[in-house]
Amino acid sequence: MKSPFRPATLPDPAILDNHRRLIRLLERRRVLRGGLSLGALALLTGCDVNSDAAVDKALRYVSSFNDRVQAALFDPAHLAPTYPPSMILKPPKFNAYYDITRVKPVSAQNWTLELAGLIADKRPWTVERLATLPETEMVIKHICVEGWDYIGGWSGPTLRSFLERVGADLRAKYVAFKTADDYPSSIDMATALHPQTLLATKYAGAPLADPFGFPLRLRMSTKLGYRTRSGSPPLK
Amino acid sequence: MAPRLHPWPVRLMHWINAIAMVVMIMSGWGIYDDYVIVPGLHFSETFRLGTWAAPSLLWHFAGMWLLAVNGLCYMIYGLVTGRLRKRMLPIRVGELVQTVCDTLHLKIGHEDLTVYNAVQKFLYVMVILVGALQVVTGLLVWKPIQFSAAVAVLGGFQAVRLEHFIGMSVIVGFLVVHVALSILVPQSLWAMLTGGPRPPTGEKPS
Repeated sequence: MKSPFRPATLPDPAILDNHRRLIRLLERRRVLRGGLSLGALALLTGCDVNSDAAVDKALRYVSSFNDRVQAALFDPAHLAPTYPPSMILKPPKFNAYYDITRVKPVSAQNWTLELAGLIADKRPWTVERLATLPETEMVIKHICVEGWDYIGGWSGPTLRSFLERVGADLRAKYVAFKTADDYPSSIDMATALHPQTLLATKYAGAPLADPFGFPLRLRMSTKLGYRTRSGSPPLK
Repeated sequence: MAPRLHPWPVRLMHWINAIAMVVMIMSGWGIYDDYVIVPGLHFSETFRLGTWAAPSLLWHFAGMWLLAVNGLCYMIYGLVTGRLRKRMLPIRVGELVQTVCDTLHLKIGHEDLTVYNAVQKFLYVMVILVGALQVVTGLLVWKPIQFSAAVAVLGGFQAVRLEHFIGMSVIVGFLVVHVALSILVPQSLWAMLTGGPRPPTGEKPS
């Protein structure tokens, strides 16, 4: 097809000979290629996927979809593998967003577990009162979201028995925790009611030491990497 | 007219997979960096997707859908159309050895893009299988308690984590060769963009 930009009368062909060198440089492909690298450059500099609000929103949308997928995968009756007490790591691995030297000790006298939300009996719990609850012991693997793991032995009342005891509405969707070391988190009710979800007060048969969650630590066998120190569960 | 070497669904899935793989590898490196498997091996921030482990996880758990769904589509397409069988099989050990020897003697023949040599077939089949294994080991690292029986079969949580890491290393190794060859033989890269030549009918690939 004839180009619409082609002049009706062609110029004197001799002009081509005079400008042969320049004409050789005029390659349409070069323009295309230049355009390509310009586009690549714009990609490199123009858009930072790490700080883009739209990207972040999309990722969080997929994340909440994944929450539904893992809820569907979750089998409330499936137990995590347990191990013999001889395999318990002593002392447990310390892990927090602060260094072990910065642990602020919790006073057993002043500490209480306060309750809020969809709970019938909201009287706060002291360390002594928690100790009166029937204990369950479990030796399970603690797997951190970072990738490491160790076998630990925790005991304390199951969260289910505690929630039943205080008359919590078990139809609530989440159980939220506020901690003495300011590391709030929340879990879904299915996980909260799992038989291997404990409000641990002891590690390897002895009361929890200060750096490892004294006086109360939420231990879940079915979740990666949760560690919570001294909880107060408001239900939502 | 005979179908092209790479029909459009193959090209589309190839490039979706390329994006998914890059996302998975770079975000995986971000997660890995929190607790390294090979002492001293850290990935520079330049090559990590996500500023730290938590956003890297978000990327990884989003990219996994793209990778798995696209991979599943590719497998179904390859099996239904017979493309996988026709193009990747059979792999004969004799041919494999011959091609490796030829390559070592710098006799690399890529004149005919429409026929894969034994090494190509072997590498393509291998990387497809490793990709599928990555989805499996990835699922186990994500949900080690729900799939505790499968985790035990594969040697425990840390073993599965290591297997997932080795799978990544194999894929990255493949990528280095794959990208290098596509640059050395640009017409193969061009074929994956435009569809490539129409192989003569008779033994038509689909």
